[in-house]
Amino acid sequence: MALTNLSAVELAEKLRAMDVSAVEVVDAHLDRIAAIDGVAADGDVWRASPADELTSRDVHAYLHVTATAAREHAADVDRRRAAGDDLGPLAGVPLALKDVLTMRGAPTTVGSRMLEGWLPPYDATVTERLRAADIVVLGKTNMDEFAMGSSTENSAYGPTRNPWDLGRVPGGSSGGSAAAVAGLMAPLSIGTDTGGSIRQPAALTGIVGAKPTYGTVSRYGLVAFASSLDQAGPFARTVEDAAHLQTLIHGHDPRDSTSITDTPADLLATLRDGIDGLRIGVVTELQGDGYEPGVRRVFDEALERFERLGAKIVEVSLPHADYGLPAYYLIAPSEASSNLARFDGVRYGLRVDAPTAEEMNAATRAAGFGPEVKRRIMIGTHALSSGYYDAYYLQASKVRTLIAQDFVSAFEQADVLVSPTSPTVAFGLGDKTADPLAMYLNDVATVPASLAGIPALSLPAGTAEAPDAPQASLPVGLQIMAPLLRDDLMYRVGWAFEQDLGFTPIPAGDTAVEVQ
Amino acid sequence: MALSADEVRHVARLARLALTDSEVEALAPQLSQILAYAEQVGEVAAQDVEPTTHPFALRDVSRPDEPRPSLPREDVLAAAPHAEQDRFGVPRIVSEEG
Repeated sequence: MALTNLSAVELAEKLRAMDVSAVEVVDAHLDRIAAIDGVAADGDVWRASPADELTSRDVHAYLHVTATAAREHAADVDRRRAAGDDLGPLAGVPLALKDVLTMRGAPTTVGSRMLEGWLPPYDATVTERLRAADIVVLGKTNMDEFAMGSSTENSAYGPTRNPWDLGRVPGGSSGGSAAAVAGLMAPLSIGTDTGGSIRQPAALTGIVGAKPTYGTVSRYGLVAFASSLDQAGPFARTVEDAAHLQTLIHGHDPRDSTSITDTPADLLATLRDGIDGLRIGVVTELQGDGYEPGVRRVFDEALERFERLGAKIVEVSLPHADYGLPAYYLIAPSEASSNLARFDGVRYGLRVDAPTAEEMNAATRAAGFGPEVKRRIMIGTHALSSGYYDAYYLQASKVRTLIAQDFVSAFEQADVLVSPTSPTVAFGLGDKTADPLAMYLNDVATVPASLAGIPALSLPAGTAEAPDAPQASLPVGLQIMAPLLRDDLMYRVGWAFEQDLGFTPIPAGDTAVEVQ
Repeated sequence: MALSADEVRHVARLARLALTDSEVEALAPQLSQILAYAEQVGEVAAQDVEPTTHPFALRDVSRPDEPRPSLPREDVLAAAPHAEQDRFGVPRIVSEEG
């Protein structure tokens, strides 16, 4: 089997046995990137906006390919392995990093013109930890600008395409990271999730993606969107790979004042324990109308599978879940309007010159931000402004408390909660760009867990048709939510489900990207 | 609530965004629609509920007051759109006669 089709754990075994070198593994993935991602083979790539050289066959998962640094790191891993050094469990395995996390030696653009060409002077803690584990970074991935979006169409560098159907979106905002893994251009990637930006693209591209418990993965070096919600997490093609990757990146970081000192229980120790006797809660409010028939069918089959595996299905209610999305679309833009004030044309990024400081600020921000970012800054600024703060931001923050309390009650009746990850399968490029509110509704099932800070994972549950393509087979994601710091439980439930389902996370069909 | 074009301009000023007239025209109905949706939070009786701004009740996180190295000045200024005399350069903020 091609090296690019192997899981991270399988690659790590081959690397440990010295059946293959880390350089060969990196080269196999760089070849794959050159073949399907719309970049010239062999060499470093820093894309510019707008990406007009792209064709409709290019996935465009990567914004920057750091081929030279990746080969150097891989060669170093090979040297140290040959010398008998004690290396980490995934040493030499390649990874794609979302372009929202800083890494020295390559640009961090956050999918925005505002930071086009910005070379960060420091590494994010996540980047540092990956380096310490000898994970080899292949490049930085495309995303909705400042992580605001659910389709990766808001990138200033052009959209990413779904490897399962190149005419459809990969979800977002971490669409590049999801497409890199689904398209076999990396076995692992890092995304960030604010309201579903890891889970929804994982669902739409048929892979595993997890949002860890808020505060367990450092945000140092993560360009902030909504600080009380942003959390980095893993993408992989297997549950075990994702659990390994989360284990490598989590843990307290004194450089992030919102980082907590607790770490979840060992994610790998109980992975294979099975789910016999576990209570799996189906959330009444996160199903039914608004979810596509194909998504509902696959979800119902998933519940039957859980019962066959010995779990007990219980119906639970999150009475305020329907208010999750409205609350989220006040809280996240409010935090964004404050966080993005730092892009003022002074310390980094774009500057548009003007006679006064205020005019320079306003002209720079008008030229540097795209339409969705402007929209959210405007919503947030309004929601925080004098006379509106109580009715909007404060009220939404109270609703957030009620949603967190709903989860506490629900977890008294169930060990984990499940729902479809997304109400739809992957939709067509351009289908929802004209209607911002329709795009926001993609996040309806993922934002409640975000507001409560609890861990949640999406994994493939099967395939279904799309409303506009009755013959299509597109991935459907299952969301598993666990109590705070019980990330181990969501991986354990996910692993049992994955083993029984036997889904092959490799794109197939006439519309899919080519696979060797 | 529906936002008028003038209200959109007011918010844009607060947000330091130099919007064009066509952006203002496009944003007024979009923001009105989004805010109308978001206003649903007002249906929830939450008078006596404490607001949540963070999933964990962290308070007063501080580090030991010990000197640590900062980023090298030249690295930081290298990323600035305009720097002079080891400082960030900006347009004049205070007028000569002020």
